[in-house]
Amino acid sequence: MKRGESIIELDDIELAFGEKIVLSGLSLRIPAGEITCIIGLSGSGKSTTLRLINGLRLPRRGRVIVKGADLCGMAYAELIELRKSIGFAFQFAALFDSLTVGDNVALPLRENMRMNDAQIASTVRETLEMVGLADAIDRLPAELSGGMVKRAGFARAVVTKPEIVLFDEPTSGLDPIVTHLLTKIILDINRRLGATVVVVSHDMQSVYQMADRIALLFEGAIIAEGPVEEIRASDNPIVQQFLQGRDQGPIPL
Amino acid sequence: MNALESLGRLTIRFLEYAGGVAALGAEATGFILRLRVRIVETISQAYVLGTQSTVIVLLTSLFTGMVISLESAVQAVQYGFGNVVGGAVAYGTVRELGPMLTAVVVAGRVGSAIAAEIGSMVVTEQVEALEALGLSPTRMLVVPRLIGLLLTLPVLTVFADIISVGGGMWIAHAVANISPQDYITSVRQTITMTDVGKGLLKSVVFAIIIALVGCYQGLTTRGGAAGVGKATTGSVVLAIILIFTANFTMSYLLFR
Repeated sequence: MKRGESIIELDDIELAFGEKIVLSGLSLRIPAGEITCIIGLSGSGKSTTLRLINGLRLPRRGRVIVKGADLCGMAYAELIELRKSIGFAFQFAALFDSLTVGDNVALPLRENMRMNDAQIASTVRETLEMVGLADAIDRLPAELSGGMVKRAGFARAVVTKPEIVLFDEPTSGLDPIVTHLLTKIILDINRRLGATVVVVSHDMQSVYQMADRIALLFEGAIIAEGPVEEIRASDNPIVQQFLQGRDQGPIPL
Repeated sequence: MNALESLGRLTIRFLEYAGGVAALGAEATGFILRLRVRIVETISQAYVLGTQSTVIVLLTSLFTGMVISLESAVQAVQYGFGNVVGGAVAYGTVRELGPMLTAVVVAGRVGSAIAAEIGSMVVTEQVEALEALGLSPTRMLVVPRLIGLLLTLPVLTVFADIISVGGGMWIAHAVANISPQDYITSVRQTITMTDVGKGLLKSVVFAIIIALVGCYQGLTTRGGAAGVGKATTGSVVLAIILIFTANFTMSYLLFR
């Protein structure tokens, strides 16, 4: 798929947990090869939107089209296959705590790819080097700092060189230096792999550094979407209040 | 009306639960039949699950055999039936108490551990991470534990049978002066290999119950640490109820 063509389309999505409607009328197109950041208030449904893209959540209305296929009507086996081409870095990394960092990163290769042990070992080392964690290959997740855990999660998400990589709050709860490092790693992943990257975040400094496009999620729908400069110059008072972090304005607190 | 509503809700919850466990079992069976089994993980689970409960199973069985013998030996000798004590202990143990007590102990020790481990993985998003990687939690987590228990529970049951009958022999000799030779002769005359086989068949069914209930409780955990606790307790209670129910049903069908 050529850079800039739409690789992910969310069309008129409605999603609810029980009686609570989380997303309603959400539509978004994400171009291939670019970094799109979805921003919004805490609890606005950003992580849920990310989980729609790899089918971990399914909407009760609307269509989720990824690489031309609609996830909603897809058989489970097809969905599993599609997920193999989508990396997902969880907010708290979700590393398997009984496995070492190396085994965590190797797992998708062992299970999903036809590779021998030597190829797996070299791919794992190469990926851990990319995120600066080569020295931690034999350590357990419990022995890592917060930033290292996030980087190990990044490595596991990209080790199979997926076409799409989803990052859920990659810089939340980290110091500015590690935040800067992780932002650089995401840019690097996008550049080296040519992957389409979707990042959910409300760390605006990091978003401005990495994003090609920004989408603002508010009250269950995308209310503004476009290139970074366009969003920053938006005259929508909700967008401006969010970007400037003001407590006065149309957003109810 | 309220009582009817409650009964209706309870019925729906029971059917949903039973359907969920059955679906999990069917999915796991599908993976096993297609030989999509993680061998190393399965061996590791069999070792861990088996060793976790060996000591407690052996102790429980030893004292059960000893107490049956203690209660029956003196009375039997008084009435001149000392030569059937070994058979009585072995009969109760091999056909009923051996498989059932072993399963109950394993449900408490291993079933709860399975529910707690998988439940913790759910609340820390590790199970969701498996799905995001395109891996089936049933294949990765349920199948190794199911096969692990299918391999270990019958073995533990055989150990339990042997130690229970052995403990009974020691007590019969100690309190009623029944010779080990008479005791063993009685065991041989009473118990057939068919009895042992049927007892082991029970242990296979109990292994399926413990594994599937533990895994299902773990996979359906909600609500953080409190949810893990609830899932763990629930797995033990449900597994024990199902073991007793299945034991009665199988005894009725197999030994009638």
